[in-house]
Amino acid sequence: MQPGRNHLVDSVMVKQRAAAFTKRSIKTEAKSSGLRLAISMLDLTTLEGKDSPEKVRSLCRKALRPYEGTIDPPIPSVAAVCVYPSHVRTAAKVLAGTGVNVASVATGFPSGQYPLEVRLRDVTAAVEAGADEIDMVINRGAFLAGRHSEVAEEIRQVWQACEGAHLKIILETGELETYDNVRRASDLAIEAVDSSGVLKDGDVFIKTSTGKISPAATMPVTLIMLEAIRDHYLDTGVRIGMKPAGGIKTAKQALHYLVMVKETLGDEWLTPDLFRFGASSLTNDLLRQLLKGITGQYMAMHDFSEA
Amino acid sequence: MNARLDVIKTCKLFIGGAFPRTESGRSRPILDGDDRVIAHACVASRKDLRNAVEAARKAAPAWLNASAYLRGQILYRMAEMLEGRRDEFANAIATTTDATPAKARKEVEQSVDRLVRFAGWSDKFQQILGCQNPVNGPYYNFTVPQPTGITGVLAPSTPSLLALVTLIAGPLCAGCTVVAVASEDTPLPAVLLSEICATSDVPAGTVNILTGQRAELIEPMASHREIAAINGANLTPSQRTGIQSAAADNLKRVHLAKHTEDQWEDDELVASPWNIEPFVESKTIWHPSAT
Repeated sequence: MQPGRNHLVDSVMVKQRAAAFTKRSIKTEAKSSGLRLAISMLDLTTLEGKDSPEKVRSLCRKALRPYEGTIDPPIPSVAAVCVYPSHVRTAAKVLAGTGVNVASVATGFPSGQYPLEVRLRDVTAAVEAGADEIDMVINRGAFLAGRHSEVAEEIRQVWQACEGAHLKIILETGELETYDNVRRASDLAIEAVDSSGVLKDGDVFIKTSTGKISPAATMPVTLIMLEAIRDHYLDTGVRIGMKPAGGIKTAKQALHYLVMVKETLGDEWLTPDLFRFGASSLTNDLLRQLLKGITGQYMAMHDFSEA
Repeated sequence: MNARLDVIKTCKLFIGGAFPRTESGRSRPILDGDDRVIAHACVASRKDLRNAVEAARKAAPAWLNASAYLRGQILYRMAEMLEGRRDEFANAIATTTDATPAKARKEVEQSVDRLVRFAGWSDKFQQILGCQNPVNGPYYNFTVPQPTGITGVLAPSTPSLLALVTLIAGPLCAGCTVVAVASEDTPLPAVLLSEICATSDVPAGTVNILTGQRAELIEPMASHREIAAINGANLTPSQRTGIQSAAADNLKRVHLAKHTEDQWEDDELVASPWNIEPFVESKTIWHPSAT
């Protein structure tokens, strides 16, 4: 995109447009394939102080086989498991060779309030431990103080430290105060990685939230970020990925997001390589709705494994 | 031009402490004795039932963990609120059923008394249904009743208020949250009862009341895996069979009674600990004895 171009967001229109995606009627086969697609796009996440190796292993098993029962065709595995750096080795051991990626939050997640060297070491450690994907947080303090070039430079350095691992850049939109800032941060993050070498489709994602701040992902915010991705694609032909995280709890919401992606970016983005959901409790609701479609019977929450 | 237009109440469902319209958008007229339309009742769909079960599931932990004493107080509070609106209820019953005003009034009073009766039982049925068991060793061994889970209630056509109150109060007393399908023919008292629930400290989602067609809601209720028990009355043989076979899937406790109008007035028959017992599970605890 051209340097210095400043996109301002019409907040009334963006809310209205985002609300319009919730009005589509998605039934029967379209619903069932949407639910399956959503499962395959999940980043199953556990980011708690009380996480233990066994919790992580159990999450990995859930990721590989979301539903214990047998249905035809089988329910797909999820896209990735997202953990803190200290649990990457545990997760990588279970997931090696399965096609399910290990994602690790890094760069002093969730605040990012650490010296840059520490944040970069965090990334390197996670990559060395076997992370396929790094979820970094941007320096919101610097961004809000207007030190945009500093934020961009940090993102560039983190991207270099990734050494081939995919990067997801968390903007933490709940702290950015305005829609204009969300758009500005999206453009800034995309430009920062784009300017440091040749990007392939899906190498880099932008992500809404850490899940530690409320509000987390909302539809208007995600729409603004999708539009930034679209504009970058139209300028350069490179497809950046998108990951809304936090606050998406029901299958119905997930389908709304998929509609928004389809109608904003097109079918090319409807793949786990370019779109992810950061969630944990969403999984069982997706399964519940999917099984309702198959059995005709409402399922209970306790029909599905936790984690 | 001084004639005032009547403001007529919109009858809605009662789900999760709120009064939503049915998602299906369907309604049917409620007629008075002269076949004049006095209101329209929602015809709930299976999706409304699903939403009600979600609400009941959310409310379950708090109601289960409330003390038996508090549950009794809340049931008594329902009785208090109903007592204060006796005339309105009696009028609703007399207008929409064959009951005479005197009989309608009696039904309301019996409903109040029924709630008080269950309020009293709520911290006493444990002594009847639980026990201390003799064991060979230095232990105490107690069996205590625990609520079964979300209970689906299928109320008969008549008596439209008393039967509904009776069928709801038993599981509530046990500590279960309830999704009730009201009398299909005369739903108006049930709609008013939801207002009683909303104003008497019954936590949101603990009681959910749907109006609609029994035949349509029976199947999704009986096959819903989140519902753990069913309390119904005066169903047809084919409905009973349908419920029992669908309920077998998740081993629901199915309690289906058949009562005449007079029998609903019989406290010993319909409001004893044995009407709470179908909605509890027994938990046995070992405890070392002091000696």
